[in-house]
Amino acid sequence: MKSGIFLFFIKRAVQDILNNRFLNAITIITIALSILIVSAFGLFFVNINDLLDSWRKGVRIIAYLNNKVSQTEILDVKKKILQIDGVAAAQFKSKDEALKQLKERMKRQAAIFENLRENPLPDIFEVQLSATAQNWEKVEILASQIETLPEIESVEYGQQWIGRITGIFNLLRFTGSALCAVFFMASVFIVANTIRLLFFSKREEFDIMQLVGATEGFIKTPFYIEAILQGIIGGILGIIVLYISYVVVVSNVDQGLSSAFIQIRFLPIPVTLLIIACSTFSGWLGCYLSFKQFLNT
Amino acid sequence: MTDKGNEDNIIRLFHVHKRYATHSALVDISVDVARNELLMVTGPSGAGKSTLLKLLYLGEPASEGQILIDGINLARISRARIPFLRRKFGIIFQDYKLIPSKTVYENIALVLEVSGYKSSFIQKKVASVLRTVGMEERQHAYPQSLSGGEQQRIAFARAVVGDPQIILADEPTGSLDADSANIIMNLLREYHGRGTTLIIATHDKAILRKTQGRTIYLNDGRLENKIVNIEKKPAITL
Repeated sequence: MKSGIFLFFIKRAVQDILNNRFLNAITIITIALSILIVSAFGLFFVNINDLLDSWRKGVRIIAYLNNKVSQTEILDVKKKILQIDGVAAAQFKSKDEALKQLKERMKRQAAIFENLRENPLPDIFEVQLSATAQNWEKVEILASQIETLPEIESVEYGQQWIGRITGIFNLLRFTGSALCAVFFMASVFIVANTIRLLFFSKREEFDIMQLVGATEGFIKTPFYIEAILQGIIGGILGIIVLYISYVVVVSNVDQGLSSAFIQIRFLPIPVTLLIIACSTFSGWLGCYLSFKQFLNT
Repeated sequence: MTDKGNEDNIIRLFHVHKRYATHSALVDISVDVARNELLMVTGPSGAGKSTLLKLLYLGEPASEGQILIDGINLARISRARIPFLRRKFGIIFQDYKLIPSKTVYENIALVLEVSGYKSSFIQKKVASVLRTVGMEERQHAYPQSLSGGEQQRIAFARAVVGDPQIILADEPTGSLDADSANIIMNLLREYHGRGTTLIIATHDKAILRKTQGRTIYLNDGRLENKIVNIEKKPAITL
């Protein structure tokens, strides 16, 4: 397309937006609201993900040795554990050491330990995972691999807790995806409706344009530009409102939270750009569907 | 797609029919129009004059038969080529068909814009046709602020600004007073004199009397006395 004619189309699209300010403003605000909701969820999701990541990094597998393992075999067991793919380190803690620690933690209940004839605690290995193994599925696999070793009585890695967190996380992911889809469709529908209204209000004009030799592209292109502009403006507006809300919320809440858990951060730039791209695409798609359904030139 | 059989005829119709659900608007029309010819299509209201013109610029497709425009068979033309076919025509309607939201200048310039001309060329060309129709002072006016005669002059300017090969005028004076009708007819004759093929659909007897050229008569969708020479006026039943 020649740059001259493209500029002509942009001029026509901008003129149309200005001539139909109210309709376009409603459309842009609706897109902006959809984008705000979707990106707010994205922001929540990104930060929850960070939080879960920090938790994941803290996950350790505790491998309990059975009583038959002698002191001389411990080094062999450590070697076997370290050979498992995904294990970064394995620290042995003897049952005596464990009991000592327990006593220190439970000083007020010291009487409990006085009557103990023998140490009931087992020897353990605290297994640290490598960075690549820090997701729930891999933790489970590693734990079962360690458990299969004959010297290991049992393992513990917070199975129940991990299961719950994973469930909530998946639910959030599913809800987020569904919400994104709903609001994306809402944006598409709104744009399609606006374009349809504009098109029908100009139907006579387009009939005349066709009579003087206008191609479909000549008639449709400004509408596509208009819809894409609606998508871009709506998207940027939504992100700006989200950013302002983020700054306000973070400045009030962050001091306490950031030190305790994580630093609340805004959407990464690639995600922000992706959201604006989706908003732009929703404008284009709305226009395309509108023409596909109703235009029979 | 092109037919080199008879290059002198810019328009050829072979046994053309146009049927609607309840009636036939045109029945077995065969007629040739030579390049640079002036053809008058006459007949009573509802005879099919406007329909015949519509079939030429593919406002509607023919139900049966073949139409060739400058060698292009309209039955075989692709949808994408229709706009380019229409650029061969300058069309004038009884109801002007000007775009109310555009100024006089913009209405005329549109024809050149759709063809992708540069704005500098468009400005010169539009100014030139506005001078021809004597409306250069009103270029910023909107159609609704103009009289019927002025609107038709703008419609005429729009029809000729693209230097079309064929001008189709459908009852061009139907809504005008005598003076305005004269202005429009003089403009049409002037452009025909420059070498443009001109087809005028009219039932205005005064225009038929004053305008030299071949006249065909349609009645109830059928061509009667197929070729009627303007000098043989008694042969035309009006």
